Amino acid sequence: MFKLKFLIPLGLFIGLVSLLAVGLKLNPREVPSPLIGKPAPTFELTSLQEPEVRLSSEMFKGKVSLLNVWASWCVACRQEHPYLLQLAREGVLIYGLDYKDTRTAGMRWLSTLGNPYQAVAFDEDGKAGIDWGVYGVPETFVINKQGVIRYKQIGPITPQVWKEKIAPLIAYLEKQP
Amino acid sequence: MKAWLPGILLIAIVTLSAQAGIEVRQFPNPQLEQRYHSLIAELRCLVCQNQSLADSNADLAEDLRDEVYTMLLAGKSDREIVAFLVDRYGDFVLYRPPVKTITLLLWGAPFAALILGAFILWRIGRARRPGSVPPLTEEERKRLETLLNQDRKTQS
Repeated sequence: MFKLKFLIPLGLFIGLVSLLAVGLKLNPREVPSPLIGKPAPTFELTSLQEPEVRLSSEMFKGKVSLLNVWASWCVACRQEHPYLLQLAREGVLIYGLDYKDTRTAGMRWLSTLGNPYQAVAFDEDGKAGIDWGVYGVPETFVINKQGVIRYKQIGPITPQVWKEKIAPLIAYLEKQP
Repeated sequence: MKAWLPGILLIAIVTLSAQAGIEVRQFPNPQLEQRYHSLIAELRCLVCQNQSLADSNADLAEDLRDEVYTMLLAGKSDREIVAFLVDRYGDFVLYRPPVKTITLLLWGAPFAALILGAFILWRIGRARRPGSVPPLTEEERKRLETLLNQDRKTQS
């Protein structure tokens, strides 16, 4: 005799396996940021190239922009860099945060590899990085016209991430007041 | 060259590098030191995710230990220090996740499994208990008797 209740363990097993399968696909390095939907953390830093120029998080207001956190010691940043240059050529507004770096190394990076940034804030001791919840460079934040963080990319921006996530979001944010 | 010398050297190097992550810190009182050590043991390093801030040698862990230390000296409470990190890095920095709607399954699953297990045990136990089988009807008794008698006849 065939009883339906014998199917219960099988059902539970399939449920468990699908749960684990989803878990296996998730990237544990991508920790969701609690800053999404919140105003950009404030900072008062100097410009990397001009130590006398002060930069603050006020610079994000009024336009949709990206904040790219990078460092000259970061290998993945080097891989991401040409794509940032391309995006900047296409008219994307990118700000930089040079994280835990030295001024000379950061400036050498920009002069040899090119500068995609509108301005680069120099975060020597990484304190601003902590306020932004940075834990693995490169990281990129999408900031709307009110200066609110709408998205965080952990790791380099790839053409695929750009097409699927960031570009549609920017197009949407551009239409918002 | 003695055979044990490389071994001793290796141990020395390993212990030296293991010490490298632990900064020497001055505390005005032992309670503060105690709080510092329990805090950094409870907070997760985001770079090497299966290590606490206390265990990790990562640059970020070092910076965050500095932050915790400075905040402790500034007289911040444990709760404020934890909130500072959660605001920036999310609940992931906590080794003990808080009870929230999103973590309900996490916290509830062991209890649900316990209840389910108890229920299954109860069902099995009830099925096996003597007396749970209903008594035979008159008709069934007669059939049983004939069957048993048949058996006796064939044996004799």
